[in-house]
Amino acid sequence: MTMWTWIRVMVCALVVIYMLVPLAIVLIISFSSAPFLTFPPPGLSLQWYDKFFSDPAWVRSLLVSLQVMVPTAIMATVCGTAAALGLSRSAFRGAALINGILMAPLVVPVIITAAAMFGVFRVWGLYGTLPGLVLAHTILTIPYVLSTVGASVQLVDRRLEDAAANLGARPWTTFRRVTLPLIFPAVLSGLLFSMVISFDELIVSLFISTPTVRPVTVQMWSNIRGDTDPTIAAIATLLFLFSLAALLTEALARRKSGQPDVL
Amino acid sequence: MSNTLLELSTLRKEFGAVVAVDDVSLKVGDGEFVTFLGPSGSGKTTTLMMVAGFQKATSGSMTLGGQPLDPLPPYKRDIGMVFQHYALFPHMTVLKNVAFPLEMRKIATAEIARRVDEVLKLVGLPDHGERYPKQLSGGQQQRVALARAMVFEPRLLLMDEPLGALDKNLREHMQIEIMRLHRDLGITVLYVTHDQEEALVMSDRIVVFNEGGIEQVGTPDELYENPGTRFVAGFIGETNFVNGRISSVSKHMAQLDGPAVLRGRISEGLNSGTAASIAVRPERMRISLPEEKAPPGANTVTGHVTDIVYLGRSRNYIARLNDGSEMTVLVQANVHGLEAVGVGAEVQLSWRPEDSKILAAG
Repeated sequence: MTMWTWIRVMVCALVVIYMLVPLAIVLIISFSSAPFLTFPPPGLSLQWYDKFFSDPAWVRSLLVSLQVMVPTAIMATVCGTAAALGLSRSAFRGAALINGILMAPLVVPVIITAAAMFGVFRVWGLYGTLPGLVLAHTILTIPYVLSTVGASVQLVDRRLEDAAANLGARPWTTFRRVTLPLIFPAVLSGLLFSMVISFDELIVSLFISTPTVRPVTVQMWSNIRGDTDPTIAAIATLLFLFSLAALLTEALARRKSGQPDVL
Repeated sequence: MSNTLLELSTLRKEFGAVVAVDDVSLKVGDGEFVTFLGPSGSGKTTTLMMVAGFQKATSGSMTLGGQPLDPLPPYKRDIGMVFQHYALFPHMTVLKNVAFPLEMRKIATAEIARRVDEVLKLVGLPDHGERYPKQLSGGQQQRVALARAMVFEPRLLLMDEPLGALDKNLREHMQIEIMRLHRDLGITVLYVTHDQEEALVMSDRIVVFNEGGIEQVGTPDELYENPGTRFVAGFIGETNFVNGRISSVSKHMAQLDGPAVLRGRISEGLNSGTAASIAVRPERMRISLPEEKAPPGANTVTGHVTDIVYLGRSRNYIARLNDGSEMTVLVQANVHGLEAVGVGAEVQLSWRPEDSKILAAG
């Protein structure tokens, strides 16, 4: 190997270490036998996982997160897919504007989105409610669905939809039998991305949740600020495994359909 | 012509400020094979897309079997179509692709299986049902597209440059196959191509498109032997043009003063004194040494040979006339006596007046 190849390998290795070591440390601490965050842990135990699942506050927040995640992912996927199809298949005036508005949450600093939702949701009575969190997370995750599905729709030959219509398929049948199967990997990854993003979301949730309706990320936030024990590492590990599972599913779905990986 | 199946009346299509199709009127008979021929951008594909329902006409109307076609969405038109790049559904097997239009028509499963089987036999792919489109060759995909467009027995079959992606041998083979299917099944076909040879081989009638309008409609030999415009004469087959001015007009014939006094059949609406061109096909002309006597009454011009192109079964002699225009003469390989004619030689070109046509100058 030449010197340049060595340097390249070294740089890549450093980046991987830099990204993985903190995760690994958290993972190891979650199995610690010590009652505080310390590394390396003096011994191993499952007590923090046990504490997490036996503490009603943690379990309740986990349930809230799940109750927000599932409807969010479904709504974001349906709305994002519909928007992607509508925006690419009909060239109407203002399509670019609508696209821009839908993509805005990606560009606008999250803190501003959060503050805006806080203000509006208080007036609308959505502050501190499950529907409020679902609506907020849906708005935040639509851009991910819109961009993945939008890119995929661009690749579907319009002639296929014309052919289906020519052969007697109504628009809805054409979508169900031709377009959807062809964009399905993108729709699936949109769904998984919105699940992961909703489950991990902190800032907006921090603004619009209350102690009674509090997602797990907000619970972690207040836990870190108060009495810090390795429970936080246990829940972080669980969140990490959930995201990993989602991304692996997404990669598998893509590989099976022969489309390039995004990972 | 038998009963009219499809009638287009003064169809017009504008894209913004561009007029893509202008004043297209046409009747297509039941069982006819009609080809839209023209260069790209001439409006032939746009017209086809309006018949299929993918483009909405700006004005004008269409009827199919006497019923107005315009208000129907594409999925209710019952018109089969073979797309330029086949547009086979990539996620479905050949069987599923061909069964698709039958499923849309809610036909019983057993009947679908029988008809799919039958049509795949008809196009020569009985054992390929379980394959996916990308596992097939271009020619096989073409056959599947044809099978899918015919299986529901549409009243009309549209084909948009269906052979454009195939190589020459396969294209000629598929031409014959499509003609055989048309003859055996008696379906009406609207076929779009820019390949004039393909149009001549396959069509009952050819509609020549140019710049959004219909230039001329006729059988292949009408268009070839009796082109109505300079565009048609130049687009279908090879044609020599010599320019001049009409000096006298009799019943069907006229006289043109050009590099020589030339006579030819005249197209309608031309009067004495107008600038015109005389058109003659290379294979209708004779080339000889200048001292040889031309047949009585023949048109003759003189020039010198600039090129001789050897084509195997024939040779093309390209001659420059005194007025600078070039003419090509096709000489079959079995014609002898031209050994003395080389590049640079003075020659006499002649043809019968009936074999040439005087057309408005382009």
